[in-house]
Amino acid sequence: MTQGIPLYYFLIISTLMFFIGIFGFLTRRNLITMLMSIELVLNSVNINFVAFNSYLFPHRMQGQFFSLIVIAVAAAEAAVAIAIIINIYRNFRSIETDKVNEMKY
Amino acid sequence: MNNELMFFMLSAVILVFSVLTVTTRKILRAAVYLLFVLVATAGLYFQLNYNFLAAVQLTVYAGGIVVLIIFSILLTSHISERAPIASAARAALAALVTVAGAILTLITVMQFTFRPAGIPPISPNVKNVGRALVSYGTDGYALPFEAISILLLAAMIGAIVVARKESNNQSTK
Repeated sequence: MTQGIPLYYFLIISTLMFFIGIFGFLTRRNLITMLMSIELVLNSVNINFVAFNSYLFPHRMQGQFFSLIVIAVAAAEAAVAIAIIINIYRNFRSIETDKVNEMKY
Repeated sequence: MNNELMFFMLSAVILVFSVLTVTTRKILRAAVYLLFVLVATAGLYFQLNYNFLAAVQLTVYAGGIVVLIIFSILLTSHISERAPIASAARAALAALVTVAGAILTLITVMQFTFRPAGIPPISPNVKNVGRALVSYGTDGYALPFEAISILLLAAMIGAIVVARKESNNQSTK
């Protein structure tokens, strides 16, 4: 833990970052920017895990390993999502969600 | 004092560039702002003495994922293209929902009193991390390590299969 910084500061930062990511996910109409919003959300959750591990349970390492695994899952998710996005672009010539609606109805 | 100054600078960078990431209309700039957010997060991890995690954050997130995103932006959109803006009603509704959620979460978090376990800490240095990654039993993480390696292999093969062009013996098309 860090001297002089309460745990709450980390929680406030990660909460604000999480909801900024949610806001981006709700307002963006482009698949890649939506993916970036998801990365923001995952990153904020990582901050939470690390702060809890460091301040409350410094004798274990679960928070750190959970963050590592979340980072690995985020990397896998980004790779697969970008493969799908590139395939969509090849078929529709666009990655706007408004134009990719063939299976909507 | 130095700690606090550094923390506030890093959190200011995180918040400002998070907002810019989700609001800017230039997609490539959004990716660069995301890079700043991720690097500042690595700074927070360094402040908490999680050196290995900060290094992973820098290499995998800032080095890998952002580069992948920038590549796909360059492949799928023109550099001068502006992202379409959401309608005012939708943006207002999303802002309302997220602000309400943030206020609710912050009130709940601030009312809770966290109690530290009060057990002498172990240092999260690279030696302990590496030992825990290959040991099993209490405080051993060999199983998640193997599971994540299988997941990465599956994701890699899946990404190749999905993104590959279907040739059908017509390679020059």
